[in-house]
Amino acid sequence: MFTPHTPEDKKQMLDRIGVKSFDELISVIPDKLRFKGKLDLPEPMSELEITKHCSEIAAKNSNQNDFVSFLGGGTYDHYIPAVINHILLRSEFYTAYTPYQAEVSQGTLQAIYEYQSLICELFGMDVSNAGMYDGASAFAEACHMARSITKKNKILIADTVHPYYKKVIETYTHGLNIPIINCGCEPHPSLSFKESDGITISNKEGRGEQGNSGRVDVSHFANMIDNDTAAVLVQHPNFFGILESVRELAEVAHKNGALFIVCADPISLGLLNPPGNYGADIAVGEGQSLGIPSSNGGPFLGILTCRKDYVRMLPGRLVGNTNDVEGKSGYVLVLQTREQHIRRDKATSNICTNEALCALAATVYLSVMGKQGIKDVAQQVYAKSHYLAEEISKVNGFALAFKQPFFKEFVVKTKLEPDYIISELLQENIFAGIDLSKLNRKWENLMLICATEKRTKQEIDKFVKLLKELS
Amino acid sequence: MADTLIPKELKYTNTHEWLKIEGDTAIMGITDFAQKELSDIVYVDLPEPGKTLNQGDVLGTIEAVKAVSDFYSPISGTIVESNQELKTAPDLVNKEPYGKGWMVKIKVANNSEVTNLLNAEAYEKITVAH
Repeated sequence: MFTPHTPEDKKQMLDRIGVKSFDELISVIPDKLRFKGKLDLPEPMSELEITKHCSEIAAKNSNQNDFVSFLGGGTYDHYIPAVINHILLRSEFYTAYTPYQAEVSQGTLQAIYEYQSLICELFGMDVSNAGMYDGASAFAEACHMARSITKKNKILIADTVHPYYKKVIETYTHGLNIPIINCGCEPHPSLSFKESDGITISNKEGRGEQGNSGRVDVSHFANMIDNDTAAVLVQHPNFFGILESVRELAEVAHKNGALFIVCADPISLGLLNPPGNYGADIAVGEGQSLGIPSSNGGPFLGILTCRKDYVRMLPGRLVGNTNDVEGKSGYVLVLQTREQHIRRDKATSNICTNEALCALAATVYLSVMGKQGIKDVAQQVYAKSHYLAEEISKVNGFALAFKQPFFKEFVVKTKLEPDYIISELLQENIFAGIDLSKLNRKWENLMLICATEKRTKQEIDKFVKLLKELS
Repeated sequence: MADTLIPKELKYTNTHEWLKIEGDTAIMGITDFAQKELSDIVYVDLPEPGKTLNQGDVLGTIEAVKAVSDFYSPISGTIVESNQELKTAPDLVNKEPYGKGWMVKIKVANNSEVTNLLNAEAYEKITVAH
């Protein structure tokens, strides 16, 4: 709630400073720079009016509560257990800002410590920081880490990484002149529609045969990597939902003294091998799937983990467990010499905070789901997305773009314009998927479609039936 | 600082490193004055053997509880060895800056560079100025 200063408050403040009026206070600002006239704002409203007004504006948004969502591509409609909000909205957690002072913040620090422990277990890694802004920036921070660790320069990034993640990495590395090399398939794949039997992403040399497309070609990495390569970056499952040859890629990276950095979907780890098991040196991920709703652009949760050897290069907050002078267990921020407030100009990252509330949501999610719960979710996601893929591929004018193993989302080639399909399905309160041509003009007539554990058989069947009616 | 040790037989830099020449190799560390200024040292980032450096290049970084500083190569050459004990016991730099707290052994490329370094008296003047 906004509580403005009363005229009495203002007078007290002005008296204290020793000026007569607000105008006198700001008299140092040259007259020509001052805005005269009235701000273009509506008249004030009462609480009743403003509530009604805002509800009306909010109702213009279509949301995943009222719509059936088949959207993926980095943000997913997973179920959020009710207990998460009950804990999140407790004022001890909800109102505290940067609550890191050990003497007064044991609850928050312990929650972060538990978050780190759970994430380490899920990803099979030694160390996790307290969380970052989002998966994309965690990925970019991992590039900086790799350069500091290896003292090498070049970054090889798989063509199948989320295009937005690539943009964030480009922005993060822009000022440092880091060569970012797209690798694995043709940067702008040429796609040819073959009746019902899929599409090939191929490059000029004719790589990317049927069945070997939509994922990176390991030999391409082996050709591009050199002694100055700091890291190999891969998303697994990749942007198209497809699993990559991670073991082979790790081998290529390590043979050449580069780090292997994987961006993994945390839900997929209920079913797939964790990054720590196949040689990832740094593993990152988008944590939104872990109990955080998909809002308009965030908040998200960046997961960043690494092997213990690299902990001193790990950016962000880290909470550790220790004993106090009386021998009692307690939690404190540790290894702060890594951070900007001590390292200053020698800092390798400017991240000095975390997203404690989002990390808490993930902590509660992982705790209430438990090991078995995460497995169940992953299995359901796998089963439902595969059922949906199979059913869609039977519809005339729709084909699976890639014949590859995938986890929860997949690419569909459509005869109709994806734009048209999406707007038609919107009339039926369905988010049909992502029009990939919006991300890359070469990806024409391709849609990325996802089914989470929340989708029922009825919803999936209705979706497919509506697609049939369109075609 | 009367209680600061500045051994007569060593050579020094303006940036508070010491150097001891032994044949064609040299051993270096940071001075007693430097470790006192930094206070509790918690981590030393050392260079890998085989790396070649010029006199004055950054050799590594020292993390103390409240600050992080670079340390510099007193002489040009190739890293032969770095003190592995510091990985688990960085406080050796505080306890024995001229002994067990040594940092790096360097194969000296050019002996004549020693003339660029300070002797104990000259270095003491720098520490007094602080």
